[in-house]
Amino acid sequence: MIYRETGQFKTTYASDVQLFPIVQDRVVVIAFLAFAFCVVPFVASDYLFRAILTPFLILSLAALGLNILVGYCGQLSLGTGGFMAVGAYAAYNLAVRMPDLNLIVVLVLAGLCSTVVGALFGIPSLRIKGFYLAVTTLAAQFFLDWLFARVGWFTNYSSSGSVAAPPLALFGWHVEGPVRKYLFVLSIVCVLALLAKNLTRGAIGRSWMAIRDMDVAAEVIGIRPLHAKLTAFAVSSFYVGLAGALWAFVYLGAWEPLAFDVNRSFELLFMVIIGGLGSILGSFLGAAFIVILPIALNRLPAALGIPLSTATVSEIELMVFGALIVFFLIAEPRGLARLWAIGKEKLRLWPFPH
Amino acid sequence: MPSRRSLLTAAFFALLAVAAVVPMLIGQAKFPQWLEIVLGGLMSGVLYALVALGLVLIFKASGVFNFAQGAMVLFAALCLVRLMEKVPFVVALALTLAIMVALAWIVERVVLRPLVNQEGIVLFMATLGIAYFLDGFGQIVWGSDVYTLDVGMPKEPKILFEKTFEGGILVSTEDLLAALIAALLVASLAFFFQKTPTGRALRAVADDHQAAQSIGIPLNRIWVIVWSVAGLVALVGGIVWGSKLGVQFSLQQVALKALPVVILGGFTSIPGAIVGGLLIGLGEKLSEVYLGPLFGGGIENWFAYVLALVFLLFRPEGLFGERHIDRV
Repeated sequence: MIYRETGQFKTTYASDVQLFPIVQDRVVVIAFLAFAFCVVPFVASDYLFRAILTPFLILSLAALGLNILVGYCGQLSLGTGGFMAVGAYAAYNLAVRMPDLNLIVVLVLAGLCSTVVGALFGIPSLRIKGFYLAVTTLAAQFFLDWLFARVGWFTNYSSSGSVAAPPLALFGWHVEGPVRKYLFVLSIVCVLALLAKNLTRGAIGRSWMAIRDMDVAAEVIGIRPLHAKLTAFAVSSFYVGLAGALWAFVYLGAWEPLAFDVNRSFELLFMVIIGGLGSILGSFLGAAFIVILPIALNRLPAALGIPLSTATVSEIELMVFGALIVFFLIAEPRGLARLWAIGKEKLRLWPFPH
Repeated sequence: MPSRRSLLTAAFFALLAVAAVVPMLIGQAKFPQWLEIVLGGLMSGVLYALVALGLVLIFKASGVFNFAQGAMVLFAALCLVRLMEKVPFVVALALTLAIMVALAWIVERVVLRPLVNQEGIVLFMATLGIAYFLDGFGQIVWGSDVYTLDVGMPKEPKILFEKTFEGGILVSTEDLLAALIAALLVASLAFFFQKTPTGRALRAVADDHQAAQSIGIPLNRIWVIVWSVAGLVALVGGIVWGSKLGVQFSLQQVALKALPVVILGGFTSIPGAIVGGLLIGLGEKLSEVYLGPLFGGGIENWFAYVLALVFLLFRPEGLFGERHIDRV
């Protein structure tokens, strides 16, 4: 009834190519953003900001980056954690060695460092495909893990191997306290999500998808695999690296290489798969799911009044996590975003579904 | 006339061989020491091959890249070690084997059957889910401490070639025995695959799912068999690794060690898993001893991967993998 495009005519080229062609979609998105920017900062509790909203936003940025690579370009990667670490340590070194640098510049440069490393490790993708590629990206993960743990220069020769982020300030505006951190991350994520949405709609996104669907066919119709694959690795690593820098600076504050180990890579891959491959919205849904699930699982036994030791809880968490992944893959292999799309389709036809 | 590819591959191995011998030539190592390291590397390579074998078996027969192999190794070892506290070794072994077969059946029923015809990445993610589930389940049921697994493997090292070299060569009998077990396992698997009707059916499924199904080979049963065999391989791997390192959570990390082995040897080749395992084991040990100090140590975590990666640049399908020809 309400969600329908009847009578919405596209009379200009601009309206034909706009981001959300349906008025209701635009309204919902704007209302949602307004809610996130103007209402949430006043109502949410500290705990909500710290434990759920900020990590959710940062991880959805990383998932977005991974989705560009896996979902749009079809190159399976298990090295995401390593690229996040590159962003985090690049940001740390920039901030420590050049204290006058603006925070935004630091973050962007950190992303660019990750871009370079990502493109470098993307080179094998030109010859290697599928699971062979996935395993070679693990090489990146383990190599980078080792690099940051063993080479003292990256951690500024800190004796424990753990480093702390310097105080964050943006033109004199201190990014401190949960609300400000949340707003800071939210703004960055909004800008980058918009950018990703447009990138994937444009020529470059289409060349990625052509490579994903069939690389030989794409090459035959004139898409350069070298260009498409390396740009996908570069753009994806930029997002992932920036997310890593934010994760370290804004969320963790102080961290050690273990924060970006191979489990982080798997976690991000879960987000992308559960959320939906090749979908911007899916990256957010998947991140929300994976962030909230362990918290919910942790609280459930206490809420039901069953006393369990923390070790048992973490083991049950592993089990439920594994079972849910299998369940989701069976129920909807194309992810939560697909469920959302089906729901919208049903709404458009309602109440006459034929 | 050999092709450019095989020349490159040969050059790669020649380079590796030279790199392996160099420390001895430049006088950094004496021959017996070097031989000791080489033997040690080959034996740990056999252990990697043991885990890689399970991966290859499942990939060959069902096209699933089974990430849960490491979790299966841990689970099998945990079952065995805890059952041995209650019943004698042979009974515990039989029970564990039964559990692994039941696991294979459940995996086929609950996970693989509903996911038939899905893309490889979806199946891969499903095995990741299985791995998580097994890790949690195994620890809830069997506990999460470190258990020592004693199946009567001789612990004391042996000294070989005492007459040829001064001081002889120190070899761990445990590793020697493990290598023997692995060789036995591979031989019996080869026999099973080549000579029995079931083995023939398995190879048919590996060749072409649809063709196999159309001539009346029951896919579902074949999958149960393959996963059971992989479970058996995991059990053997669990016994060998478990008695070496103790049965503990970190045991599932051996799967990560087996991955470069599989890509080096090729996902679809059993001999590839063996040769790849030997190469990786050798490369890892030699690099750890002779290159490690240059880099500040700890390089064994990524060296195997980088070795495999460089090799894949010459031969993207691994050493013995099937060559993939694309058609538009």
